Amino acid sequence: MKKSYKIEVDCANCANQMEDAAKKTPGVKDCTVSFMTLKMKVEFEEGADPAAVMQDVYANCKKVEEDCEIYL
Amino acid sequence: MNKKQKRLLIRILVAAALFVPLYLISEGIVETSVPRIAVFLFFLIPYLLVGHDILRKACNGIRNRQVFDENFLMTVATIGAIALGEYGEGVAVMLLYQVGELFQSYAVGKSRQNITELMDIRPDYANIEVDGQLERVDPDEVEVGSIIVVQPGEKVPLDGVVVEGSSVLNTSALTGESKPVEVGVDEDVLSGSVNMTGVLRVRTTTEFEESTASKILDLVENAASRKSKSENFISKFAKYYTPIVCYAALALAVVPPLFVLLTGAGMARYASAGALWGDWALRACTFLVISCPCAVVISIPLSFFAGLGGASNQGILIKGSNYLETLSQVKVVAFDKTGTITKGNFVVTAVHRSPIDEKKLLEYAALAECHSAHPISRSLQAAYGRHLDQSRVSEVQEISGHGVTAKVDGVPVAIGNEKLMGLIGVEFAECHHAGTLLHVAVNGVYSGHIVISDELKEHSAQAVAALRRAGVEKAVMLTGDTENVAKAVADAVGLTEYRAGLLPADKVRCVEELLEGCGAKRRLAFVGDGINDAPVLSRADVGIAMGALGSDAAIEAADVVLMDDDPLKIAKAIRISKKCLGIVKQNIAFALGIKFLCLILAAFGIANMWIAIIADVGVMILAVLNATRCLFVKNL
Repeated sequence: MKKSYKIEVDCANCANQMEDAAKKTPGVKDCTVSFMTLKMKVEFEEGADPAAVMQDVYANCKKVEEDCEIYL
Repeated sequence: MNKKQKRLLIRILVAAALFVPLYLISEGIVETSVPRIAVFLFFLIPYLLVGHDILRKACNGIRNRQVFDENFLMTVATIGAIALGEYGEGVAVMLLYQVGELFQSYAVGKSRQNITELMDIRPDYANIEVDGQLERVDPDEVEVGSIIVVQPGEKVPLDGVVVEGSSVLNTSALTGESKPVEVGVDEDVLSGSVNMTGVLRVRTTTEFEESTASKILDLVENAASRKSKSENFISKFAKYYTPIVCYAALALAVVPPLFVLLTGAGMARYASAGALWGDWALRACTFLVISCPCAVVISIPLSFFAGLGGASNQGILIKGSNYLETLSQVKVVAFDKTGTITKGNFVVTAVHRSPIDEKKLLEYAALAECHSAHPISRSLQAAYGRHLDQSRVSEVQEISGHGVTAKVDGVPVAIGNEKLMGLIGVEFAECHHAGTLLHVAVNGVYSGHIVISDELKEHSAQAVAALRRAGVEKAVMLTGDTENVAKAVADAVGLTEYRAGLLPADKVRCVEELLEGCGAKRRLAFVGDGINDAPVLSRADVGIAMGALGSDAAIEAADVVLMDDDPLKIAKAIRISKKCLGIVKQNIAFALGIKFLCLILAAFGIANMWIAIIADVGVMILAVLNATRCLFVKNL
């Protein structure tokens, strides 16, 4: 399953870091963050609960980039 | 400017107001009795004011074991400079760095806004009539088959069919074509176009999710997430580059002074061992400032995004930065014929050897065929162009596989192929034109023939020439049509190569053969109208679908979607991609070139901190400005 989220982030490199952090989160199969459109596209593992996984993704992104925001 | 940017601006201004007089005074009073510690504390105020968030981010990075980023570079460099007593330089670097950050965030926000405006096709509401009153509702809530009202000046919110009213639509946001389109009852309207003159009542045929406007927006938004090789290269590059320069700076701070101390060579230039270490440490700090990778990291995705935005404004939807990149390397283009080079509708292209007036001949032919709904009959009717009075026609007889005989105004008319002429015993003339021939006999006398063929698109020949100019080395037409027709079309548009008589599966094989001939660096694009050539579209390096407005299969299968069916757009797409890639390369070469030059100057102690930070921020600003040029592709 794929979902798209609106995000807020200041720099291109920070967006890349968010992407890496999200990819490493359990339950996330793949993720792309577009700094230009301020969108995060997440592909979830089969059977994963997007809401719960996104909480972890959010926490992990916050860890690497304090200034970021994901509108869940 | 948003709130964050405004806050940063205020911080920069206040810090600069404090810093500038402080710097001027401190330069003048170096030798006075003001204690160093007081000067240091004074400088600390603007430094912390402008740079506290950078320091905090650097600390966070260290805590998360993501040490090496630009925050870290700047923190180490400025703290280093301040520790070495270069207070002014340390604060200035932080200040200018933040100016750069502010500019970058402003520029990116601005172009993001520009691009969204270019693609401003999202309808905000739909008008539904309830008890004679118009009510605004979310387009999402309108069910298929509802009647919506579109007033002049409003966007058509959903795809549908006009049931009442007529108007002129501006479809430029969808197709890039600025010529308005007239619509009337029973005609299709597409969401995203703007109603200009009259009130329209439209019966919707899609839900909002499935409407043209949503699909286009979805496509464009997804495009930016398919990253190009250059973008991937840069994000990988940044990952290794920053740690490398940090270690290089460390080496610069330690190795040369050690060398001097151990060998004693050049020691005479320094007053003491402390001065020696200080000098090299400062060089290392300068080195760090220069090495900040932001210019490249920001300008590459910005270039691609602006390119995608500019292209979509021209009615060229490119599904990802990667395709934009591939498009610039296209050297071989394979065309489908029908619907791509030709219009795909049959029209009368010539009337030959007619002893009577051509108009009269067409009138006879159209009337004789007026009962038929065959595309060929319709093309005759269209060529005649006036109302057909069926009462003038009698004794219509259709002879299958031959043609039609009938009496028009009491005059016997026979119209059909050679076989019909043979059947009624009339001598006919051969024709050198490619296309379907209709021989006409009036009153038992041969009266010439009408040539019916698929019409070339207006710009096909220009398009082929434009492709050549855009660097395409080989253009091939693939068609299922006969050799005869294929040759005629190819000659007319200036294509030297064509393959005729191909079944859809043969087309895939042809494209595969062409791909083999391409090699690694040259790319192949296939252009089709998306009707039964989806496999070929997906097999080519870049599949380009034309006139795809409203055709789901084509939008799915293609990598590049041309919203209208003008073949000139193919060359335009290639030119846009070339411009964009050119700018990307300029930026990489320019930014890295300046950086490496300054790094070397810094290592030899020629460039000081001022030069370093001006080079860093300056390069970034120029690279960002250059990147936004990708947006301007209208006159390309």
